Formats: sequence, structure tokens, C-alpha cells
Amino acid sequence: MVGSLQRLRSHLPGSLAGTSQLRDVHPITVELRAALSEDRVRDDGAHRSLMSHDASVFDGGNSGPVCYPVSADEVAAIMKIAERHRRAVVPRGAGTGLAGGAIPLGAEPIVVAVTKMNRVLDIDEGNEIAWVEPGVINLDLTNHLKPMGFHFAPDPSSQQVCTIGGNVANNSGGPHCLAYGVTNAHIVALEVVTPSGEILELGGLDAEPLGLDLRGVFVGSEGTLGITTKVAVKLTRNRPAVRTLLLSFSSVRDAANTVSGVIAAGVVPAAMEVMDQPITVAVENYVHAGYPTDAAAVLLAEVDGLDDGVDIDAERIRSIGLENHATDVRLAADDSERALLWKGRKTAFGAIAQIAPDYYLHDTVVPRSALADVLEEIYAIADRNDVLIMNVFHAGDGNLHPLIIFDGRQPGVLDRVHQAGAEIITASLDAGGVLSGEHGIGVEKQKFMERMFTADDLDHQNRVRQSFDPGCRSNPGKVMPMGHSCADIQALRAVPRDVWG
Amino acid sequence: MAGDHDTAAATLVSHDPVLADFAAEVGSDGPVGIEGGRTRWLEGGVLDPDARLVRAPVGIVDYVPEEMIVTVRAGTPVADVHAALAERGQRSALPERGGTVGGAVAVGQNDVSVLGRGTVRSAVLQVRYVSAEGRVVNGGGPTVKNVTGFDLPRLMVGSLGTLGFLAEVILRTNPMPAVSTWYRADDVDPFAAHRQVLAPSAVLYDGTTTSILLEGHGVDVDHQAAALQQVGAFVQCDQPVVPEGHRWSLAPAELARLDRHETSDFVALIGVGTVFADKPQPSRSLSAGVQIIHDRMKSNFDPTGRLNPGRNPGAPR
Ligand SMILES: Cc1cc2nc3c(=O)[nH]c(=O)nc-3n(C[C@H](O)[C@H](O)[C@H](O)COP(=O)(O)OP(=O)(O)OC[C@H]3O[C@@H](n4cnc5c(N)ncnc54)[C@H](O)[C@@H]3O)c2cc1C
Repeated sequence: MVGSLQRLRSHLPGSLAGTSQLRDVHPITVELRAALSEDRVRDDGAHRSLMSHDASVFDGGNSGPVCYPVSADEVAAIMKIAERHRRAVVPRGAGTGLAGGAIPLGAEPIVVAVTKMNRVLDIDEGNEIAWVEPGVINLDLTNHLKPMGFHFAPDPSSQQVCTIGGNVANNSGGPHCLAYGVTNAHIVALEVVTPSGEILELGGLDAEPLGLDLRGVFVGSEGTLGITTKVAVKLTRNRPAVRTLLLSFSSVRDAANTVSGVIAAGVVPAAMEVMDQPITVAVENYVHAGYPTDAAAVLLAEVDGLDDGVDIDAERIRSIGLENHATDVRLAADDSERALLWKGRKTAFGAIAQIAPDYYLHDTVVPRSALADVLEEIYAIADRNDVLIMNVFHAGDGNLHPLIIFDGRQPGVLDRVHQAGAEIITASLDAGGVLSGEHGIGVEKQKFMERMFTADDLDHQNRVRQSFDPGCRSNPGKVMPMGHSCADIQALRAVPRDVWG
Repeated sequence: MAGDHDTAAATLVSHDPVLADFAAEVGSDGPVGIEGGRTRWLEGGVLDPDARLVRAPVGIVDYVPEEMIVTVRAGTPVADVHAALAERGQRSALPERGGTVGGAVAVGQNDVSVLGRGTVRSAVLQVRYVSAEGRVVNGGGPTVKNVTGFDLPRLMVGSLGTLGFLAEVILRTNPMPAVSTWYRADDVDPFAAHRQVLAPSAVLYDGTTTSILLEGHGVDVDHQAAALQQVGAFVQCDQPVVPEGHRWSLAPAELARLDRHETSDFVALIGVGTVFADKPQPSRSLSAGVQIIHDRMKSNFDPTGRLNPGRNPGAPR
């Protein structure tokens, strides 16, 4: 899945890019190996090159040694070694981030991949939580919880591969976060290692933990405040009754209006996802789920709860759909039909990868009532810039995912892709929206932060960063626009380029 | 195209004269405190008597029921906001105890029916506050989903006005359930009652009586109430009175070991861990490592310690 996503490669400023070359074993690597083990610190060119990328379209990564710790103590040891050598550290999960958050920038930072910390440590039904290590795969956790009647609510489309630590760092969402909330609502406590190597517990299992909500601030901080080494996730009880509807429309506007109509009527479904025609066709050809290929848009809506209530809500959604000119409303007959419909939605990006040479997935949020207008503008942006844009998105919370499809071999196409992306961001902000609903800022949207925030706003965000990481050594060069984070620039330049030579 | 928007964010804040006036009133030096409804006035310590007192602006700025958001000045009474929301069949997570929106957010305590209404920390989508330097600062955003930058709204919830004075917030609202009914029974296992129903909005236990709030579609509530009969003889009742007293924060599983000698009379929120007790909770404090981050946060946001001096959200309690 991930491999197919590493397609378009644009370039960060050349001054940040580097080359890996054959070299002697560096003293840092020697120290790291002494703290971990020989085989869990990789320093070969192939490995570094792999870790210099993630699933985003961004290049310019420059990985130093790659560590695979198995405990918080090892992570703390890495942090201390990094601090001693004034070297930056980049936390990494599965590398499925789409905003470039896991790309190591600057002078060969130490990459800390937590994928070997992948145990479900304790399922504590009394407190309705599970303690898990950050490398646990999202879907593995839900499958693990299933026999006990629980699941982990955030279900990113990448859930087969992405890690809980990555979900925490990006405050990830998914189709079913409409009613249940994104990751932050499901994290009770975190064990983290600070950039100076302290192991701290943030938050707590108790109802209202003492002090500032540092747990809440850490979630979504994209690896810039330290490394998560243990997570207490909330267990969500599986609902006994589920109804899944597939509504077809002859215009995207009708689908969007249905979505805002449902919310306005006081129904909060578990999920409301929209796909436009081009992507529906691609998905149908890929999974054969029975999606109508002649509809301009389809809405996948799901309600869950108790038997009678879900019937009432499903009926409301059906009638609001019909009021908005739905051409067809289908209720999934059973679990297997439901699973097939969801498989279609969740493999939409995989379906595109089969047919398109290259694509770039965007992520913005607009007020639900502006969905129809902004979508119309997005199609106009596609025309203006001569690129193809398909839309598959978390409509219930106004979270757009325009997918720009192109052929990277065409000269000049990248400029048009980025121009279209910038225009999408502008259209979303103009409609009263925000820069990102779930992918985060990473390196992708730093330069747009000033469109949403004043210098004072950014200064205060930087104060949060400085409180955890005064030396700006944890994932430097991310989130904050460069001018607002001087220390980041220092961290990126701290080590001369040829230090490994 | 880009150039047109460079100043959009700046315009949003500085052109609101109400916020600008409030910022001027807070100013940039000398100790200053902020008062809401004084319903939780002693939370986190006694305000330094030298602090000059200010109040946040009042009023509902914008309410968009179909977006499930309300923009409200921090000095607005929670009751006024809830009255406006109720007219459109909605409510919020804020507890209604006579105080203001800013106070409820700054204290950050959840409502008794937190299982149904959600937590305060998840309800605050955007904050506008006046910094120690007397500047209006904006964090978060107006949409229900947003991961743009660091989460200043979460930092403000429960910070007791020690990092900035809230001027305006955007809150997430929720549809009012069709039916809300309390049920009670004596001498039943409150944990068994909690497990018996799907997603109750509150389960209260005072050592004798278990009270459960069921909300949702009428048919669902009826079915759940019927299911409760397998645990005990639950009957419909009025909303139980919860004594204010001391507010404990325990893990939900710890409630099974509540010792009446320690609490004296109590009401416990099963599935949550909050306990209202006659006696104070045995003292709790931050770990040394967390304290360091706390101290840095305070000195980064309020270098001279002028905001709400005497208050400390992390003080041992
Ligand atoms: C096909 C596809 C579909 C996707 N669908 C969704 C979706 O529906 N919703 C959604 O929200 N996202 C989606 N994503 C984006 C991505 O999968 C999520 O952001 C995911 O949570 C990232 O997890 P990861 O383990 O891959 O993290 P990585 O990509 O490895 O890292 C992401 C960020 O987290 C930091 N990080 C990772 N682990 C830690 C740790 N232990 N401590 C501190 N920081 C850490 C990294 O430094 C980086 O900044 C999708 C991606 C793809 C490729």
C-alpha cells in the first residue's frame, strides 16, 4: 500500500538535501549500538535512503542512523546520546504520513522507528482502556479487542499499516470519527520520552488528571515534543446494531446538501463518506462492491446503536436524501454487504494507484454547509490547472480529500499540481475552513500556516514547542513555519553537512 | 492569488473592537486576575489580593446549529448559552453551575453526565485569549475537525487562566436527545448496571442507590430500562441531587474500592471516576518531570507571572 503511494517527488530547498555515502562507523552509531544492540541500529545507505522518505510526495530527507528501540529506556538512551552530540531525532511509525512528518530533515538526524515496540501490554476492562506500545498497528489493535466486544474508534483508511504512535502524533481521524471523535478523544494517558531523555507519564487514567492537559497538547504534535513509548487508549464498546446506506445522486451538490441536511436535522451518524463519480468508477472496477458507476456522487452513511434507534436514524437519512433528489437509496442487507461497501471506500486510494501514474492527496476542512460550493470551486481549479481531481472525503465533518491525478513524466506538471493544491487551500480557508483535518502540517503546509494564524498565534504555538523541547531537537523543521521557529533552524544547521565524511 | 490572503488571519482578530478593548484592559504589566461567576473561585489556589480584576466580554457572537458550533464571549453565563442552544434542540458539554463559559473552560471540570455530553476538553474548538503581553491570541479553528498546528484550545482547558485570559471560544454543540430519563434502584451492583446498558449518559452511586441517565430515541430508552430490570428493580425518578463537596479524581476501576471512612458521604460517577465526597481527596501532585514542563509552560506564556497570580492548575491538592 505504502509503496504505491511513494510516487510524486517534489523537492525541498536544496540546502536541506543531502547524499548518503559509504563511510566509517561514526562514533554516534557506536554509542547507539552499545545502548541498543548491533542489529537494531542500522547505518547502511539503503536503510537510510528508505527512512529518508514517507508516504508523502516530499523529498529532501537525509536520514542518519536508524534505531529500532524495544523499550522506553532505550528511547531515553537514544535521546541522551543525541543530546550529547547535538543531533536531532525523528520519531517514526509506519511512515504512512502524507504531510512529510516523518522525513528526517537537516544534518542526518537519528531516526527512531518504534515498529518493534508493538505489544498490546494490558487490556484493563475495569478502566475501559488498553495500554499499548506505539508500534502496534491500528487494525491489529481493533482485531485484538474484537473478541472482548471492543474496538479502537479512530479508523484511518491506512489502518492496516499505520501505528498507534503515528495516530497519536498526527491526531488521526477516519470515517468513523464523525460520531466518536478523532484520536485525541480516545487517548487517556501517554508515556513519552522528552528530548532530554526523561520518561514522563502525561494525563492519567483518573477522571480529571491534575495540572495542564499536556497529554492533549502532545497528541497531534507530529513528533516535535518527544517520542511516545506507551499509550492508554480508550476501549469503545461495539454497537449491537448497525445500518449502512448507500445513496446515489445525480450531482455532487445534492450529496453535499444531504450531508449538511442530516447534521442539521440533529442526526449524528457514525460515518458519512462521499465519493464522486470518477473515484466511484475506479473503486467499483477495483473491488466490485456494487457501487453505481452512473451516479455523479455516492454517499455512504452508517448509523450504529440499538436496533430501533438505528432504524429511525436510517429512515431519517433516507428521507433527507430523497428530499435532496437521491436517485437511489440502498440499505446494506447484511454484514458482508456492509463490509464490501466499506472495503470499496477504504481502498479508494489503492484503486487509484492501479490506474494513475501519480497522485497527490490533499486534506482540508470546510464548514459542512460550504461543501457544495467548495467542491464546485475545486473542479474549476482542476480545469484551470489542467489536472484531474477526484474527490473522496469525510463529508460528515467537512473534511475534504481532493486527489490530484497526473502523469509526473509530463514536463511542468508538478508546478500545476502544486498550484492546484495551493488554490484548494485558499478556497478552503476562504470558506471558513482550516488547513488540515487529519494529515497534519508536517513539511507540506508549513508555508500556509501564516494564512490561518497571526504572528502572535504562531509565537504562542512555538512556546508550547519550547516548553517540551527548548533545543528544538525533536523532529525539527516541521509544523511551524521556519521564520517562527528560530531554534529549529539552529537545530537543522547544528551539524556541518559533511560531518559523516 | 496568495498575496490577497496573507493578512486574512490578522484581520480576523484585530478588527474585533470588543476583543481589542478587553486586551487593552488586561494590559501588559502588573498582576491581574479574571473573574467569571465566582462559582469555582478557590480552585487551584487563592488569587493574590494585589491583582487588579477584569471580566471577559459577554454575548453570543454567532450560533450555527447546522454546523453544531457556537461562538461565544467568555464572560457569557453558561446558562444563557444553553438557553440559546435549547431553542434549536442542542446542548454543550459545559457543566451548568451558575458560572460563565470562560470559567467553565478555564476550570475544565466535566458535567455529571459527561458520558453523554462529552468532555469539556473535546468541546472547545477554538480559543481567543489575551496573553500576558496584552495581545489577542487565536488557537484552534472553527471546524469540528482540525489538526492545524499545536492544540492551544486543549492547553487552555483547565489552565485556570494562568496562561492567558479567555476572551472568546468556539464550542462544539450536540443535538439534544429525544428522551432523557433517570432511573434508580437501591442495593444493586452499580458496575453491573453500567455494563447492562449501552452508553448510558450517567451512572451515579452513593453507596446505596444507583441512578442511571438513559438518553436517546424513546424506544431505545424503553428497551434499555427494561434490560436494567435484570440487574435490579429500577424505577423512573427525578434527576438526583449531587452534593458539591470535594471533587475527587480516581480511575474508574478504583471506585470499586471506595472506602467510606476516607470519603465520608459520597456520590461516585461509575465509568468516569469522579467522586463528590464530604472529605477531601488524599493529596495528589505532579511528578517531578511533569512539573518541569509545567513550569516552563508557565514561564513561556507568562514570564512575569502576572496572570491570575496565586492560582496553579498543577498545585498539589
Ligand atoms: C493510503 C493512506 C490512507 C490514509 N488515510 C488516512 C485517514 O483516513 N485518516 C488519517 O488521519 N490519516 C490517513 N493517512 C495518513 C497516515 O496514515 C496517518 O497520519 C497515520 O496516523 C500515520 O501513522 P504512521 O505510523 O504511518 O506514522 P509515520 O508516518 O511514521 O509518522 C507520522 C508522524 O508521527 C510522528 N511519530 C510517529 N511515531 C511516533 C511516536 N511513537 N512518537 C512521536 N511521534 C511519532 C512522526 O515523526 C511523524 O511526524 C493515510 C495515509 C495513507 C498512505
